[in-house]
Amino acid sequence: MSNIQQALQDRILVLDGAMGTMLQQYKFTEEDFRGERFKDYPTPLQGNNDLLSITQPEAIKTIHGKYFEAGADIVETNTFSGTTIAMADYQMEDLVYELNFQSAKIAREVADEFTKREPNKPRFVAGSIGPTNRTASMSPDVNDPGYRAVTFDELRIAYKQQVEALVDGGVDLLLVETVFDTLNAKAALFAIEEVKEERNIDIPIMLSGTITDASGRTLSGQTAEAFLISVSHIPLLSIGFNCALGANLLQPHLEAIANKTDFAISAHPNAGLPNAFGEYDESPEEMGEQIEEYLKKNLINIIGGCCGTTPEHIKVIANIAAKYKPRTAVALSAVEGL
Amino acid sequence: MSIKQTKYMHLSGLEPLILNENSNFINVGERTNVAGSRMFLRLIKEEKFDEALQVARHQVDGGAQIIDINMDDGLIDGKESMVRFLNLIAAEPDISRVPIMIDSSKWEIIEAGLQVVQGKCVVNSISLKEGEDKFIAEAKKIKRYGAAVVVMAFDEVGQADNYDRRIEIAKRSYDILVNKVGFPSEDIIFDLNIFPVATGMDEHKRNAIDFIEATRWVRQNLPNVSVSGGVSNVSFSFRGNDGVREAMHSVFLYYAIQAGMNMGIVNPALLEIYDDIPKDLLEHVEDVILDRRDDATERLLDFAETVKGSKVEKGVDLSWRENPIQDRITHALVKGIDAFIIEDVEEARLQAEKPIDVIEGHLMIGMNVVGDLFGAGKMFLPQVVKSARVMKKAVGYLNPFIEAEKGDLQEPVGKVLMATVKGDVHDIGKNIVSVVLACNNYAIVDLGVMVPPEKIIAEAKAHNVDAIGLSGLITPSLDEMVYLAKEMERQNFIVPLLIGGATTSKAHTAVKIDPQYKNAVVHVNDASRAVTVVGDLLNKKTSNEYVANLKKDYDEFRTKFLKRGKEKSYISIGEARARKYKIDWNTSEIVKPKELGVQMLKQLSLKELVPYIDWSPFFRSWDLHGKFPDILTDELVGEQATIMYNEAQAMIEDIIARQLLKPKAVFGLFEANSIHDDDISVQKNGKEVAVFRTLRQQLSKREGIPNIALADFIAPKETGKTDYMGAFCVAIFGAQELADSYRAKEDDYNAIMAQAIADRFAEAFAEYLHKQIRTKHWGYDSDETLSNDDLIKESYKGIRPAPGYPACPDHLEKETIWELLEVEKIIGVKLTESLAMWPAAAVSGYYFANPEAKYFGLGKITDDQVTDYATRKSITKEKARKWLHPTIAEE
Repeated sequence: MSNIQQALQDRILVLDGAMGTMLQQYKFTEEDFRGERFKDYPTPLQGNNDLLSITQPEAIKTIHGKYFEAGADIVETNTFSGTTIAMADYQMEDLVYELNFQSAKIAREVADEFTKREPNKPRFVAGSIGPTNRTASMSPDVNDPGYRAVTFDELRIAYKQQVEALVDGGVDLLLVETVFDTLNAKAALFAIEEVKEERNIDIPIMLSGTITDASGRTLSGQTAEAFLISVSHIPLLSIGFNCALGANLLQPHLEAIANKTDFAISAHPNAGLPNAFGEYDESPEEMGEQIEEYLKKNLINIIGGCCGTTPEHIKVIANIAAKYKPRTAVALSAVEGL
Repeated sequence: MSIKQTKYMHLSGLEPLILNENSNFINVGERTNVAGSRMFLRLIKEEKFDEALQVARHQVDGGAQIIDINMDDGLIDGKESMVRFLNLIAAEPDISRVPIMIDSSKWEIIEAGLQVVQGKCVVNSISLKEGEDKFIAEAKKIKRYGAAVVVMAFDEVGQADNYDRRIEIAKRSYDILVNKVGFPSEDIIFDLNIFPVATGMDEHKRNAIDFIEATRWVRQNLPNVSVSGGVSNVSFSFRGNDGVREAMHSVFLYYAIQAGMNMGIVNPALLEIYDDIPKDLLEHVEDVILDRRDDATERLLDFAETVKGSKVEKGVDLSWRENPIQDRITHALVKGIDAFIIEDVEEARLQAEKPIDVIEGHLMIGMNVVGDLFGAGKMFLPQVVKSARVMKKAVGYLNPFIEAEKGDLQEPVGKVLMATVKGDVHDIGKNIVSVVLACNNYAIVDLGVMVPPEKIIAEAKAHNVDAIGLSGLITPSLDEMVYLAKEMERQNFIVPLLIGGATTSKAHTAVKIDPQYKNAVVHVNDASRAVTVVGDLLNKKTSNEYVANLKKDYDEFRTKFLKRGKEKSYISIGEARARKYKIDWNTSEIVKPKELGVQMLKQLSLKELVPYIDWSPFFRSWDLHGKFPDILTDELVGEQATIMYNEAQAMIEDIIARQLLKPKAVFGLFEANSIHDDDISVQKNGKEVAVFRTLRQQLSKREGIPNIALADFIAPKETGKTDYMGAFCVAIFGAQELADSYRAKEDDYNAIMAQAIADRFAEAFAEYLHKQIRTKHWGYDSDETLSNDDLIKESYKGIRPAPGYPACPDHLEKETIWELLEVEKIIGVKLTESLAMWPAAAVSGYYFANPEAKYFGLGKITDDQVTDYATRKSITKEKARKWLHPTIAEE
């Protein structure tokens, strides 16, 4: 049993909050994004947040530190878009290995520093694996429903590259997140299994889907439970939901899966729904209140924040989480397949 | 010993399929199998994927819980067809809600299938046929892709055909899968080979009973697995005798299910209920299935002679087909039957001197009967539109012959331009009028919807039309019509102008349009009048007199109307505010919505909306008046209404089955306070994000009767209380495309029907969503239990007024809703320049939850409120006047 599995049995683990929201506060310019190394790069680079791990590593390091300081047990690497598919927008496919490796390394260093300071509370690094900007089971062309902009194999190969770099960079676990098309997630899981087999290693996997519709379905149309069934063939550390909704709206979907799986349950909701200006403005206290409802109902093992959440949110969440026991349905027998 | 099971198979499409100890037999649909269905093979070969999808949909609608898809045929590219078909299925939520069974004997096809399905599917199948290594490699891959697997009872030696071989292969396969591959035992399904019985060969006698007994052994000795098979094989030797086959399937399943067979391929149409099988037949069939007698087969063969599959012939009265040709054509036109019209017209053509004679003779005689019956009130609008459909089909058939003879096409009696005006998208009424006129031999120049005035003028000149018909549903369209009348006058037009559409009225036509145009202006309030009116207008002998009378009538009406208008008196906006509707905010209950913020709804099934449909307006759009459901038994229109209702139901079924319409909605719930009496400040965490401007009644009223504005239903800021309100937009996408597809087939009747149904769905969606808001998202009435009738009667708490309607006739407020909810960005509903919604089948509005909130009509307002409104909204007074125009009282 790995450290994190031990920790999961002892307490509710706290995941960090939004990276993008924190980076916005730096108001980085095109020049800042480019740094010295990419000053002559042919494409505009502003908005390529993953690149900041190379050009502004101090900022990334500081943000990780703030989240650990606020009480997070796990921080996510700054690699949400770290695949050749997502990086194609910036013509940075060749940089994927370095981006993931550096991001993992930065988070690793900060985590180790905190673990050293507080050995009784080990800190973990989760390699963040985003959904890419393409969908394997939906057509982007309304007139041609049979068309696909990306294949399973293209996704599998891209994810595999990302996973290898993250593992080389020293992550403790992998977090396949913001899954709005289950087939993309299945390609990521397939790639991870390949890496595990080839390197003869085991590495815990967190999987987090996204419910986008008020009827309670993923973008690709699955119900929460169908989503759970579709990814349960891989022994996961946890399954849950993140993004798209605020904490209160996420609750029914967590309830829909919580008593149907032996995997741990995770949630990292947004700070409410976006307002008319596209901003998230739910306060830490408001969000905390809603999250406390989960904990009262014994729904959660891992809790954190997505869009719009800050270290202040995570601090409130960590304080609340400390008062409750983790969801007990976790038998970890789900790992029997190993 | 009983069945061993501690874990159960879980599968998924868009929705879960979970087996448990109470699960019934899982039925696998197999019509989407090129090896099993010749029709499906032909569709795939001819790349008719749309029709192939229909086959899949039928399976799911018919109750298949999994669909088996097989593309193994030498003449098709199996891998490509599998991928393409699965991709297309993924786009059809009504099909892809169930799990897929990827069926192939070729591993590359199976793997290609596994790579395109998001849910947990079943692979059908793998076996030890080519040895352990291949078996293990494939099983490992399947596990990694996340699918269950069918394992055939087949090994290196061959296919298991007796009890011992079946259990030997099953046991070996199970041990390898569970122990060497780590395959979850609950995801293993054994296909133990169902072979035919009663073949006349001794070695086949035990085929059924060996399967059943092997099934029992597998379920008792191999924990958690399932057993499956293709049931129809067993009765193969009785092909052609469905009576016996049905009984054999039932008996076989009866025993196999008891033994533990829990899924399989069964054609539900070929299944008799076990208890309903006649005792003598049952005995003979059981003898065969269970191998109870040596002479069982011979005895069943003899008995089978007496068993006939019973097929009931549906009675359709075709006696009219015996009548002479003219009678048949007239009958087809009057009854709207298009099934035989081509052959009848062809017969008439061969008899006629020139093809044109058939149109001017046979068909016109028939249409005159239709016209007479319609005029006498013995036929109704929908029937006439159906007649037109038959007529169009007949003329379409004849035209090439007429052209081939270089003969003149039939001369129309007149040419009418039809258009829905700029900024407006509603055209059901216009389409009905077009069809009715067309079938009375008028040529129609239909310019469609959102037609700018310059285009109407230009086309009218280009086509030299005899009349112009304008249609519109929203209030800004009224001004467009006035503008067009002015333009026609300025450009010296003389042709009559017809005005129609839901917001138009005789009053508006007489007061605002008629004075602008020296020539004829007529308000045509229903489609059935259109033919008579146009006939009178274009009749050279009588038209002068008719037009003179018309002008006089409108002039008198105008004078009377204006006089009446002056009798009403209004109070100033200041006084009106002092008389606002007062809610006691100290005691009034304010419920905080459970879910604040903006959400969307795109995955809803139309099925859920059907119970919310209000049918009365549907009949009204066809000029059939009466309340649903009484209208179905109405003495006069009941029969026709019932026919239409049934046709509408059939179309709805088709629309749902083929996902032809797509409902989408966006809604938001927000903090809100009324400010400065008539405005509503919408907030998010106390920060203002929008302001709705409401209008207040100004009609002078008795003491004690308030002058209401919608803002009165929201707590004023001064109370210090946080109140709430909502906004929404629902829309039905696809109606235009569906109507066009019917029109392309010359089927105006169904085109109009499709639009009318889409409108009903939009209203039903608004009703549905409002209920979801009340009971769930806002949750102020969580224990509400109202029937659909109550909903139509609006018995619920809270209101959902829509901009453009009586309580808030101001269409401009839609822009505020669009910004607040990002309607266009989120669900794609657009606003035209006149602020009509596109697609047309859409409803938008506000939610007010206060128990005292009620619907009201604004009535007319006066200039002081217009000025005040313009200031509040920071727009020019001209702009305010333009939009509020229809609600401003005449000076």
